[in-house]
Amino acid sequence: MKLTTTVQKSPGFFTRIIERKWIGRGMLILLSLFVIYILAGKLIEKPTVFLQQVINGLQLGFVYALIALGYTMVYGIVRLINFAHGDVFMVGSFVSFYAISRFGIHSWLINLLPGIPAFLGLLVGTITVVIISMIVCAVMAFTIERIAYKPLRDAPRISLLITAIGVSFFLEYFGALNFVFTPNFISFQRPFEVTTWQLGKEGLTILQQGSTVNEGSVIFSNIFIIIVLASVFLLAVLQFVVNKTKVGKAMRAVAYDKYTARLMGINTDAIISTTFMIGAALAGAAGVLYAIAFPSIIFWMGIIPGLKAFVAAVLGGIGSIPGAVVGALIMGQAEVLSAAYISSPMRDAISFSILIIVLLVRPTGIFGEASREKA
Amino acid sequence: MKFDKSTIIFMVGAIAVFAIVQLLITFGILNPFWTTILRTAAVMAIVSLGLNLIYGFNGQFSLGQWGFYAIGAYAAADVTYRFSQLQNANGLTVLFMVALLSTVGLVLAQLFISKIRGLDPLSALVLYLVATIALGYVGFLIGKVAAGPVTSLLVSMPKDVATQIVFFISVLLAGIVAAEISFLFGLPILTLGSDYFGIATLGFTIIIKVLLDNSDTLLGFEEMKGARGMIGIPKITSWFWVFLFLVVTVILVRNLLNSTYGRAIKSVREDELAAKAMGIDIANFKIVTFVIGSFLAGIAGALYAHINGFLHPNSFNFIKSFDPMIIVVFGGLGSITGTLVASFAWALVLEGFLRLWLPEGFETWRFVVYPILLLIMMLLKPNGIFGGYEMPYLQDLLPFKKKVKKAEPIGPANDSPEVTQ
Repeated sequence: MKLTTTVQKSPGFFTRIIERKWIGRGMLILLSLFVIYILAGKLIEKPTVFLQQVINGLQLGFVYALIALGYTMVYGIVRLINFAHGDVFMVGSFVSFYAISRFGIHSWLINLLPGIPAFLGLLVGTITVVIISMIVCAVMAFTIERIAYKPLRDAPRISLLITAIGVSFFLEYFGALNFVFTPNFISFQRPFEVTTWQLGKEGLTILQQGSTVNEGSVIFSNIFIIIVLASVFLLAVLQFVVNKTKVGKAMRAVAYDKYTARLMGINTDAIISTTFMIGAALAGAAGVLYAIAFPSIIFWMGIIPGLKAFVAAVLGGIGSIPGAVVGALIMGQAEVLSAAYISSPMRDAISFSILIIVLLVRPTGIFGEASREKA
Repeated sequence: MKFDKSTIIFMVGAIAVFAIVQLLITFGILNPFWTTILRTAAVMAIVSLGLNLIYGFNGQFSLGQWGFYAIGAYAAADVTYRFSQLQNANGLTVLFMVALLSTVGLVLAQLFISKIRGLDPLSALVLYLVATIALGYVGFLIGKVAAGPVTSLLVSMPKDVATQIVFFISVLLAGIVAAEISFLFGLPILTLGSDYFGIATLGFTIIIKVLLDNSDTLLGFEEMKGARGMIGIPKITSWFWVFLFLVVTVILVRNLLNSTYGRAIKSVREDELAAKAMGIDIANFKIVTFVIGSFLAGIAGALYAHINGFLHPNSFNFIKSFDPMIIVVFGGLGSITGTLVASFAWALVLEGFLRLWLPEGFETWRFVVYPILLLIMMLLKPNGIFGGYEMPYLQDLLPFKKKVKKAEPIGPANDSPEVTQ
């Protein structure tokens, strides 16, 4: 046997490929290049259609963002995937439906002061409806949290999850009863008239009912503007609450370390309830906006948007508020673009494939930090 | 062969239960409504045992069980449908050859990959995928060629016998297909943390459901009829088949968990770091458990498909994927007895009693009562009904319950290389 001296050899070509994980990465890069190729081709082919899809995606993405915040905040603070959140969103839609169709709350200011401009009256009325919906959802979330989740604070996490699923079932099927929300599709009456603008070569014009859209112009409606403005406003408020107020500070402290926070004199139970309520209020607002955008509501309508929003929260890094917004916008775009350019029935599958791929590449999400706990 | 007393009791009990139910069915005391519920319950027990293996014993929070169940159901249904309705065995031969050769591909890839050091899971997945798809395609071609002779062979047999044979093979094939897919899927996904693994498997279930919704247009299986639901599947799953598979599953799970592998699997649940320090290949054991659990899900799916003779993608909705999870948690995590009892209780209560007891016009209240029961149960006993209890046959699986032999003095004379039995 010959004695060999160990010399630091420079690694071979294959070793380097394996060490740098190029086989797996190469597949993902090829996949993403393929997607970019398709999208870029469509963008060059018909830029306005692409832009139109992006606008639709933004509209959806902002609604998802509002729902995703509830998931991400609750997960950040109690490590619970709150499956009932999507149903809170559904209840928000139904509350606004009753507020508008049964009680006509959207026109209370007009009824009170008949001389007021219609625009102002409807604006105040719509805001009132959104606020009512938010309050009802918040109260409901508070009740749910106190009845179902709080007794299980020290139980294994899986029992909490099963409880959340139970609450979700309960809200859905209780809503499906005939005297509650009925098991049928209900057409939602918008609190205001839809106005659609088109932006093209002729500049910004109002699109009349029944007229055709000019070639090469982008249309958008006041629904889009309302959704974007309302979402941005609510997100700004949330950002303010979380970062600048005492409650927000306490929330961050509890999310960071519950037991130490308690030692520091923070009422963790109250803070957790507050988190649930804030998340539910945002979901309620999202419910109203979603129903305005897609005016047909049914008891199971919360499942898929809730799940998508949850995926968005994971995508952005669960526990992170900006992450949830970014993830939701990505999900909105992914859904709309894949429906438009790849395959419409497959859009849910594509959204979830994106989730799986993102988890593979960056398990903590785009904005997420490495998790601190072992499940 | 020497059997424990508890083994004999278990076997005799199983045979007795089987015989009693079978007699009740034969003499018509149990009407089809209740036999369907019993069969569904047994199928549920098989899925839930698979999930209990993955989550209860290995600690991997998986919501993908229902996806593998769906894969098994549709794979087996397609095979038997083609045989009984279209009178040809191409489904059987193609699926058989694809499953066989892609398994061969996996094994070959495994041999190749095990020589490469420091390969990351994603790259390994790509290599496995290439091997599986290439050999699977070869299997597809061979299967098409073999369809003719096999069809004539099966047609020459008596029809009932041939159907039962095709059914049995299709059930096993469904399990193998589910297991292979779970291997490929689990390879990269199982490296994620617990919650992220759950989310990814949830995504898997949804993707499978969407694919099944479009199975006729996108996947090209016209007989699956996409979102309209697959009809015309022969109703072969009898109480005998279901019970046989259930008992075999219980024995399999029990013996697996009682072996060296089983202890390794359980050690991964208890503490990954400590297990790693003891020289246990964590990634390997996670995948093994996940594959076995999915295999059971595939088998259960195949049995389910032949109960009603009707499959609809909505039965594989992700909402339903919580059912096995609920059963496992209800019965007690890591308790096989609990899973068995809970799955029968679940089916009997939810499908049977609530349907019958609730007054006329209150049918829809079933799902209002169910979550309330669930909530009360979770609030009262968060560890499940049978958390920490097993029937005598399975008692070896309990931690610290085994009768400890008198410790022999450890000395140099006793220093035998007997590490694990």
